[in-house]
Amino acid sequence: MSSEPGGIYGDRHADRGDLHGVTVILAGRSGRTYLGRWHEATPRGVVMKNVAIHDPAAPGAKPREDWLADQRRFGVAATESVLLVPPDEAGEVARLV
Amino acid sequence: MPYPEAMIAPMRDEVTRLGINELRTIEDVDTALGSASGTAFVFVNSVCGCAAGRARPALAHAVATAARRPAGMYTVFAGQDVDATARVRSYFGEYRPSSPSAALLKDGEVVAFMHRHEIEGRSAEAIASDLIAAFEAHGA
Repeated sequence: MSSEPGGIYGDRHADRGDLHGVTVILAGRSGRTYLGRWHEATPRGVVMKNVAIHDPAAPGAKPREDWLADQRRFGVAATESVLLVPPDEAGEVARLV
Repeated sequence: MPYPEAMIAPMRDEVTRLGINELRTIEDVDTALGSASGTAFVFVNSVCGCAAGRARPALAHAVATAARRPAGMYTVFAGQDVDATARVRSYFGEYRPSSPSAALLKDGEVVAFMHRHEIEGRSAEAIASDLIAAFEAHGA
Protein backbone atom coordinates (compact mmCIF):
# COMPACT_ATOMS: atom_id res chain seq x y z
CA MET A 1 0.00 0.00 0.00
CA SER A 2 1.35 3.39 -0.91
CA SER A 3 2.20 5.86 1.80
CA GLU A 4 1.18 8.63 -0.51
CA PRO A 5 -2.23 10.14 -0.04
CA GLY A 6 -4.64 7.76 -1.64
CA GLY A 7 -8.23 7.06 -2.42
CA ILE A 8 -10.74 9.08 -4.27
CA TYR A 9 -10.70 12.81 -3.55
CA GLY A 10 -7.66 11.88 -1.59
CA ASP A 11 -5.89 14.57 0.30
CA ARG A 12 -5.49 17.78 2.20
CA HIS A 13 -5.62 21.36 1.03
CA ALA A 14 -1.88 21.88 1.14
CA ASP A 15 -2.18 25.59 0.45
CA ARG A 16 -3.64 26.09 3.93
CA GLY A 17 -0.62 24.77 5.78
CA ASP A 18 0.47 21.57 7.44
CA LEU A 19 -2.12 21.72 10.20
CA HIS A 20 -5.12 22.22 7.96
CA GLY A 21 -7.79 19.68 8.90
CA VAL A 22 -5.88 18.42 11.93
CA THR A 23 -7.37 18.44 15.42
CA VAL A 24 -5.19 20.59 17.63
CA ILE A 25 -4.99 21.93 21.16
CA LEU A 26 -4.57 25.69 21.03
CA ALA A 27 -3.55 27.19 24.36
CA GLY A 28 -5.18 30.53 24.99
CA ARG A 29 -3.31 33.25 26.83
CA SER A 30 -6.49 33.79 28.86
CA GLY A 31 -6.11 30.28 30.31
CA ARG A 32 -8.78 28.82 28.07
CA THR A 33 -7.97 25.85 25.85
CA TYR A 34 -9.40 25.53 22.36
CA LEU A 35 -9.66 22.05 20.91
CA GLY A 36 -10.73 21.61 17.32
CA ARG A 37 -9.70 21.32 13.72
CA TRP A 38 -7.17 23.87 12.57
CA HIS A 39 -8.49 25.50 9.41
CA GLU A 40 -6.02 28.28 8.73
CA ALA A 41 -4.01 31.08 10.29
CA THR A 42 -4.99 34.56 9.11
CA PRO A 43 -3.96 38.07 10.13
CA ARG A 44 -7.18 38.19 12.14
CA GLY A 45 -6.35 35.03 14.05
CA VAL A 46 -6.59 31.29 13.89
CA VAL A 47 -9.70 29.87 12.28
CA MET A 48 -10.78 26.59 13.86
CA LYS A 49 -13.71 24.31 13.16
CA ASN A 50 -15.79 22.09 15.43
CA VAL A 51 -14.26 23.51 18.57
CA ALA A 52 -14.59 22.53 22.21
CA ILE A 53 -13.46 25.08 24.80
CA HIS A 54 -12.09 24.42 28.25
CA ASP A 55 -12.43 27.35 30.62
CA PRO A 56 -10.80 26.63 33.97
CA ALA A 57 -12.81 29.44 35.54
CA ALA A 58 -16.14 27.96 34.54
CA PRO A 59 -18.22 26.50 37.38
CA GLY A 60 -17.56 22.78 37.72
CA ALA A 61 -14.76 22.78 35.16
CA LYS A 62 -12.66 19.62 35.13
CA PRO A 63 -8.90 19.94 35.41
CA ARG A 64 -7.52 20.60 31.93
CA GLU A 65 -5.70 17.29 31.62
CA ASP A 66 -8.78 15.33 32.69
CA TRP A 67 -10.83 17.26 30.16
CA LEU A 68 -8.31 16.52 27.43
CA ALA A 69 -8.26 12.84 28.33
CA ASP A 70 -12.03 12.73 27.99
CA GLN A 71 -11.85 14.41 24.58
CA ARG A 72 -9.20 11.98 23.37
CA ARG A 73 -11.22 8.97 24.44
CA PHE A 74 -14.76 9.97 23.54
CA GLY A 75 -14.19 12.58 20.86
CA VAL A 76 -14.35 16.33 20.68
CA ALA A 77 -17.37 17.82 22.44
CA ALA A 78 -17.64 20.68 19.99
CA THR A 79 -19.78 23.66 20.90
CA GLU A 80 -18.62 26.03 18.14
CA SER A 81 -18.81 25.06 14.47
CA VAL A 82 -16.39 27.83 13.50
CA LEU A 83 -14.25 29.93 15.82
CA LEU A 84 -11.74 32.72 15.27
CA VAL A 85 -9.11 32.87 18.00
CA PRO A 86 -7.51 36.34 17.87
CA PRO A 87 -3.72 36.66 17.60
CA ASP A 88 -3.39 38.08 21.11
CA GLU A 89 -5.19 35.02 22.51
CA ALA A 90 -3.64 32.27 20.39
CA GLY A 91 -0.68 30.60 22.11
CA GLU A 92 1.04 27.26 21.72
CA VAL A 93 -0.36 24.65 19.38
CA ALA A 94 -0.09 20.90 19.75
CA ARG A 95 -1.82 17.98 18.13
CA LEU A 96 -4.44 16.21 20.20
CA VAL A 97 -2.96 12.83 19.35
CA MET B 1 -26.24 20.14 2.76
CA PRO B 2 -25.55 16.86 0.96
CA TYR B 3 -23.16 16.77 -1.97
CA PRO B 4 -24.36 15.68 -5.40
CA GLU B 5 -24.75 11.93 -5.45
CA ALA B 6 -22.64 11.65 -8.58
CA MET B 7 -19.70 13.07 -6.61
CA ILE B 8 -20.28 10.79 -3.66
CA ALA B 9 -20.80 7.56 -5.57
CA PRO B 10 -17.10 6.76 -6.07
CA MET B 11 -16.47 7.27 -2.35
CA ARG B 12 -19.28 4.93 -1.48
CA ASP B 13 -17.96 2.41 -3.99
CA GLU B 14 -14.45 2.59 -2.57
CA VAL B 15 -15.88 1.05 0.62
CA THR B 16 -18.70 -1.17 -0.61
CA ARG B 17 -16.46 -2.91 -3.12
CA LEU B 18 -14.62 -4.31 -0.11
CA GLY B 19 -17.74 -6.30 0.73
CA ILE B 20 -18.82 -3.83 3.40
CA ASN B 21 -22.57 -3.35 3.54
CA GLU B 22 -23.80 0.21 3.25
CA LEU B 23 -26.62 1.27 5.58
CA ARG B 24 -28.78 3.91 3.93
CA THR B 25 -31.86 4.02 6.15
CA ILE B 26 -32.80 3.80 9.81
CA GLU B 27 -34.31 0.40 9.07
CA ASP B 28 -31.04 -0.77 7.54
CA VAL B 29 -29.18 0.30 10.67
CA ASP B 30 -31.53 -1.36 13.10
CA THR B 31 -31.53 -4.56 11.10
CA ALA B 32 -27.73 -4.62 11.08
CA LEU B 33 -27.01 -3.52 14.64
CA GLY B 34 -30.21 -4.03 16.56
CA SER B 35 -29.62 -7.61 17.58
CA ALA B 36 -26.77 -6.58 19.90
CA SER B 37 -25.01 -9.88 19.53
CA GLY B 38 -21.71 -10.77 17.94
CA THR B 39 -19.20 -8.35 16.51
CA ALA B 40 -19.96 -5.53 14.12
CA PHE B 41 -17.66 -2.98 12.54
CA VAL B 42 -19.02 0.34 11.30
CA PHE B 43 -17.03 2.75 9.14
CA VAL B 44 -18.49 6.26 9.09
CA ASN B 45 -17.57 7.43 5.62
CA SER B 46 -17.05 11.09 4.80
CA VAL B 47 -16.34 13.44 1.94
CA CYS B 48 -13.46 15.00 3.87
CA GLY B 49 -10.31 14.60 1.82
CA CYS B 50 -8.10 15.47 4.77
CA ALA B 51 -8.97 12.31 6.67
CA ALA B 52 -11.29 10.08 4.65
CA GLY B 53 -8.86 10.11 1.75
CA ARG B 54 -6.48 8.20 4.04
CA ALA B 55 -9.07 6.18 5.91
CA ARG B 56 -10.62 4.47 2.91
CA PRO B 57 -7.36 3.02 1.55
CA ALA B 58 -6.43 2.05 5.11
CA LEU B 59 -9.70 0.21 5.48
CA ALA B 60 -9.11 -1.62 2.20
CA HIS B 61 -5.70 -2.71 3.41
CA ALA B 62 -7.06 -3.84 6.77
CA VAL B 63 -9.89 -5.83 5.22
CA ALA B 64 -7.46 -7.55 2.85
CA THR B 65 -4.85 -8.26 5.50
CA ALA B 66 -6.46 -8.97 8.87
CA ALA B 67 -6.44 -12.62 9.92
CA ARG B 68 -9.79 -12.19 11.68
CA ARG B 69 -12.63 -9.85 10.91
CA PRO B 70 -15.83 -8.82 12.63
CA ALA B 71 -18.86 -10.88 11.70
CA GLY B 72 -20.69 -7.82 10.42
CA MET B 73 -19.01 -5.13 8.33
CA TYR B 74 -21.02 -1.97 7.69
CA THR B 75 -20.64 1.59 6.50
CA VAL B 76 -22.73 4.71 6.60
CA PHE B 77 -22.09 8.01 4.84
CA ALA B 78 -22.05 11.04 7.15
CA GLY B 79 -23.58 14.18 5.74
CA GLN B 80 -25.29 12.25 2.98
CA ASP B 81 -27.44 9.61 4.62
CA VAL B 82 -28.26 11.80 7.57
CA ASP B 83 -30.94 9.74 9.27
CA ALA B 84 -28.99 6.51 8.97
CA THR B 85 -25.85 8.19 10.32
CA ALA B 86 -27.71 9.59 13.32
CA ARG B 87 -29.14 6.15 14.00
CA VAL B 88 -25.74 4.49 13.76
CA ARG B 89 -24.35 7.01 16.23
CA SER B 90 -27.09 6.13 18.67
CA TYR B 91 -25.38 2.74 18.99
CA PHE B 92 -22.04 4.36 19.88
CA GLY B 93 -22.95 5.27 23.46
CA GLU B 94 -20.73 7.97 24.92
CA TYR B 95 -18.57 8.28 21.81
CA ARG B 96 -19.15 11.62 20.14
CA PRO B 97 -19.81 12.12 16.44
CA SER B 98 -16.93 12.62 14.05
CA SER B 99 -16.36 11.67 10.47
CA PRO B 100 -14.65 9.76 9.21
CA SER B 101 -14.54 7.41 12.16
CA ALA B 102 -14.84 3.73 12.87
CA ALA B 103 -16.39 1.69 15.64
CA LEU B 104 -16.18 -1.94 16.60
CA LEU B 105 -19.07 -3.26 18.65
CA LYS B 106 -19.28 -6.52 20.50
CA ASP B 107 -22.63 -7.65 21.84
CA GLY B 108 -23.89 -4.11 21.44
CA GLU B 109 -21.05 -2.38 23.28
CA VAL B 110 -18.29 -0.32 21.70
CA VAL B 111 -15.00 -2.13 22.28
CA ALA B 112 -12.83 -0.03 19.98
CA PHE B 113 -13.29 3.37 18.42
CA MET B 114 -11.20 5.35 15.98
CA HIS B 115 -12.04 9.03 15.97
CA ARG B 116 -11.35 11.40 13.16
CA HIS B 117 -8.55 12.92 15.23
CA GLU B 118 -6.86 9.51 15.23
CA ILE B 119 -7.03 9.38 11.43
CA GLU B 120 -6.10 12.84 10.23
CA GLY B 121 -2.47 13.48 9.39
CA ARG B 122 -1.50 9.80 9.72
CA SER B 123 -0.38 7.49 6.97
CA ALA B 124 -2.78 4.92 5.57
CA GLU B 125 -0.40 2.22 6.84
CA ALA B 126 -0.60 3.48 10.41
CA ILE B 127 -4.39 3.69 10.29
CA ALA B 128 -4.61 0.22 8.77
CA SER B 129 -2.37 -1.15 11.49
CA ASP B 130 -4.76 0.08 14.18
CA LEU B 131 -7.75 -1.34 12.34
CA ILE B 132 -6.08 -4.70 11.90
CA ALA B 133 -5.21 -4.81 15.59
CA ALA B 134 -8.82 -4.12 16.52
CA PHE B 135 -10.15 -6.69 14.03
CA GLU B 136 -7.79 -9.36 15.28
CA ALA B 137 -8.50 -8.59 18.94
CA HIS B 138 -12.25 -8.72 18.59
CA GLY B 139 -13.05 -10.34 15.25
CA ALA B 140 -14.93 -13.56 14.78
